[in-house]
Amino acid sequence: MMTPDASSFIVPRSSFPLIPEQKGILFLLSTKGASRTEAFLQCAGCKKTLFSVDFEQNLRVCNYCGHHHRLPAQTRIEITFDEGSFEELDTELRSLNPLEFPEYAEKLVSAVQKTQTNDSVTTGRAKIDEMPVSVAVADFAFMGGSMGSVAGEKITRTLERAADERMPAIIFCASGGARMQEGLFSLMQMAKTTAAAQRCSRAGVPYIAVFSDPTMAGVLASYASIADVILAEPKALVGFAGMRVSKQAGVSKVPDDFQTAEFVFGHGMLDRIVPRKEMRASLTSLVKTLGGHLRR
Amino acid sequence: MATNHNEWEKPLRDLEEGIDKLKELARKESDPAKRTVIDQRIIDFEARRDRFIDVFYANLGPWEKVLVARAQKRPYTLDYVQSMFNDFVELDGDRRGFVDHAIVGGPATFDGKPVMVVGHQKGRNIQDRQFRNFGMAKPEGYRKAIRMFDMAERFRMPVITFIDTPAADPGVESESRGISEAIAAGMFKMFELTVPTVSIVIGEGGSGGAIGIAASNRVLMQEHAVYSVIPPEGCAAILWRMPERAPDAAKALKLTAQHAKAFGIIDEIVAEPKGGAHRDPLEAYLLVREALVRNLGEVSQMEPCEIQADRYRKFRSMGNFSS
Repeated sequence: MMTPDASSFIVPRSSFPLIPEQKGILFLLSTKGASRTEAFLQCAGCKKTLFSVDFEQNLRVCNYCGHHHRLPAQTRIEITFDEGSFEELDTELRSLNPLEFPEYAEKLVSAVQKTQTNDSVTTGRAKIDEMPVSVAVADFAFMGGSMGSVAGEKITRTLERAADERMPAIIFCASGGARMQEGLFSLMQMAKTTAAAQRCSRAGVPYIAVFSDPTMAGVLASYASIADVILAEPKALVGFAGMRVSKQAGVSKVPDDFQTAEFVFGHGMLDRIVPRKEMRASLTSLVKTLGGHLRR
Repeated sequence: MATNHNEWEKPLRDLEEGIDKLKELARKESDPAKRTVIDQRIIDFEARRDRFIDVFYANLGPWEKVLVARAQKRPYTLDYVQSMFNDFVELDGDRRGFVDHAIVGGPATFDGKPVMVVGHQKGRNIQDRQFRNFGMAKPEGYRKAIRMFDMAERFRMPVITFIDTPAADPGVESESRGISEAIAAGMFKMFELTVPTVSIVIGEGGSGGAIGIAASNRVLMQEHAVYSVIPPEGCAAILWRMPERAPDAAKALKLTAQHAKAFGIIDEIVAEPKGGAHRDPLEAYLLVREALVRNLGEVSQMEPCEIQADRYRKFRSMGNFSS
């Protein structure tokens, strides 16, 4: 892959304040209007203290250990796509509570408030190096990035838009899996999104997935794994069964790097591990080459 | 609360054992007068047993459905295959170096026509259960299924899949060989097919492990089968960190065939004999066979490209949201 052209790289405007959590785990909040109060943060990987201005400029990657901290969808969009090119769509969709699952309605309300988005994926059209792309970006902060009816519908629309409007699809994954609170509706989103990916494939439109931390279970076992090209951020958690589920099934001894992007890469299940700083350049090259036939 | 089907059915089994003992007694009894008395008792007990079954099975709660769906006496995929398919030749291997025994399948004749039949297979005794990995398929199981789907497409054979798995295998080996990709690829392949596909959940429809071979034109469920995004134990572990609250999770997940039908997730509920499929397997086979023949017949009426589009439309419309 080409080395990134530093001059083409957009350093994000830091519109999101960082508020470190007491226990030393970094929490990134996107509460609009709040001023940045903390000058220092602690890295969730090596626990070293980081100067927040440096941290922001380094795209929330630790200067010392290279730990890639999770990003809100909006920040991801800002650092990946051409400035001002993102046109958000599907914002009108709202999850219902078809199972009347205990505490789900409350969780939804607080997730919407916390992230200022309608569900765990933000979708729309954007441009990368002036080439149009259909994009979906997941946000772990919204109920663990879980896929229920709305996330499934938005991913499906993203892939269908790519097929219909003949532009490449780029999906950033960050999810614990299917959303348990919507039961079978969530399970069916696995089939629905996979069907949409199949349609993309048949239309001859490239689909690129990026696994960020974490990409798990129902999301990994559906649209994420069948992209034409799969990239991952370093050390992202990538796996089928969460540890609590595995333990229950009697899985005890696991390799040290089990369910990391590096483990998955080592077993041939993804194409490249790409540091955050190089992601835009890698995606640009892929869109230019695999999607070259679409612009003629 | 009972944690398995044997335990739950114990009162019923005790009654049945009593009946067997009485029958034994009646056979040995030479005095006709005494024999009449015993025979009368047998009739009484059998009536009581029938009432018991009525009460037990008429109002099965979600957790009881889970127990029935997991019952070891319940007919499994190969039981259905052997009873209603001819010329079945089991195929094996993923052609990438691995074999899996939790998914079985091969070409067969069904209702006089060639079909490809694929399904999860559980085992009954300890060795068999280990051999079948408790019905939890590894990547090679899904890849074998994909081979069979491919052949079905090339040789214009409709596909029937039987769904009965607690989940896909979550072990290190399966992760190493890409269980997630294998499941996704299974669905991906099913959406490519232009031959009719029908799936039926005959026991446990366990999340990704199930949907990997269940993306069909028609999806049916037996009356007491369950279909869920996560096993109730896993759900309870995540929600309350207490796997023993699985019965509460089963209720919250709305995983019964009746719920799945009401939600529009499945097309049809296939009735089971009184007291569940395991009480009268022959009757269960007939009911399943009738439903499969009818649904396959309906889908077969469509043109190949329409069959593919119909499947897309079906899954495309699934979801519950406001816009």
